Amino acid sequence: MLEVLEPGLLTTVQDGGRRGWARYGIPPSGPLDPAAFAAANALVGNPPDAAGLEITLLGPTLRFWRAAIVAVCGADFALTVGRRPVPTWHALYIRAGEVLTFGERRRGARAYLAIAGGLALPPFLGSQATYLPGGFGGLDGRALRAGDRLPWHPPIPLPYARAGRVWPPQHRPPYSAAPTLRVILGPQDDYFTPEGIETFRSAAYTLTATSDRMGTRLHGPPIAHRAATDIISDGVIWGSIQVPPDGQPIVMLADHQTTGGYPKIAAVIQADLPLLAQSLPGDAIRFAIEPGPLASSSDAL
Amino acid sequence: MTYPRILPVGEAAVTVELGDRLDPALNARVHALDAHLTRLAPPGLQETVPTYRSLLVRYDPARLPPDALKALLAAALDTLETAPLPEGRLIEIPVHYGDSAGPDLVSVARHCGLPPAEVIRRHTAPTYQVAMLGFAPGFAYLLGLDPALATPRLATPRTRIPPGSVGIAGAQTGVYALPTPGGWQLIGRTPTRLFDPAADDPFALHAGDRVRFVAQ
Repeated sequence: MLEVLEPGLLTTVQDGGRRGWARYGIPPSGPLDPAAFAAANALVGNPPDAAGLEITLLGPTLRFWRAAIVAVCGADFALTVGRRPVPTWHALYIRAGEVLTFGERRRGARAYLAIAGGLALPPFLGSQATYLPGGFGGLDGRALRAGDRLPWHPPIPLPYARAGRVWPPQHRPPYSAAPTLRVILGPQDDYFTPEGIETFRSAAYTLTATSDRMGTRLHGPPIAHRAATDIISDGVIWGSIQVPPDGQPIVMLADHQTTGGYPKIAAVIQADLPLLAQSLPGDAIRFAIEPGPLASSSDAL
Repeated sequence: MTYPRILPVGEAAVTVELGDRLDPALNARVHALDAHLTRLAPPGLQETVPTYRSLLVRYDPARLPPDALKALLAAALDTLETAPLPEGRLIEIPVHYGDSAGPDLVSVARHCGLPPAEVIRRHTAPTYQVAMLGFAPGFAYLLGLDPALATPRLATPRTRIPPGSVGIAGAQTGVYALPTPGGWQLIGRTPTRLFDPAADDPFALHAGDRVRFVAQ
């Protein structure tokens, strides 16, 4: 049993996500930084989609009532087990009764805690991922609170030999306070003027404080539409970049609406989604247009 | 514009657009393409999301290269020309119109220049098509609203709409599945739960189903 002494700002249970339900209006959810989440799981010997915690900006204080092997990856926090400082991106051995404290956040926005065996909450539609707007997944569909107790399945024997393993720095995503996200134009890039596309390609956009797990709202030079500023609603993915009439782009994240009526100028490639997940309000984001997998952006059959 | 066309959505999805209209026949073709691909289930096809006039297709480019996907979609679109269109289930939704269940019925009636009873008659007359689900879990976008009932959204959206509320927004009608904010004009409410996490099938309506509203 893992006991929440302090919940932090927004700590939720996440796993590999709830895939295959978009046709019913259900987004994938899951960790906003899938690379850090998978690294944490790999360090403790879990499959990449085992359930753990997503920790946002201000970290929790957690007591482990059984011995555990855990890892924290993603945003850089000052961690202590008892009074002993411990590193991120490492597999840690925690004795029964010890307390893991997330102290000062030094860099990034979201950290992921994996625990050997994985958290064991009741799945909804095959997943433990918390979807706050729908009120399901994780622990009663909500963020953790002080006093919550989370069950996990400790492997027997505990993989003690993993303690001390490190996720090599060269295999961590290239986090930055000024990331350039690679994008593929479409499906509605033809709704924008050539100047609008050029603005999108060349300008820096500041991440605003109104961003959440549904989407990252950016602020910068407005991207000019040709004429129409809405479309007949169509499918949206994690990474889709919507541009509403005000010309300010919104990048959809894991809890995105599954359909949308604003034109989508482009989509962020999956490998660069972790960089966005670790960005903070005020960070400057740029977009680099990559060639798409299709021969042309509008491919008539 | 020439349809159908395949548009990129990042490196692991495409949108197959069959047209650019709100039209039941066009939407039925989207559902036919969706059903065809679901039956075919080629390796590497991960998920399809039918919408009004297009199908979002998520795929794994490592197992289903983009060229192979394009060929597969081209073949599927060819068969679509001759295949009969699927006819979804017919679901009846009981609705209590007006009063506190439909606080905007009177203002919708005034906007349309019809007595409230005529709004109810015209809303219960058609067999609607569930064009797509989206916006929130279980929320169904329906095609088939009598154009005489088209009413703009509220100037100020409500902060919380009770689940089961039946609303009109522009030329669309739909049913709220979860308590959410929203600007649709509410004309009634159904006890049918559109989204019930505890049910075997949590979703009362599936894309492609047909719906009739029955006044209670």
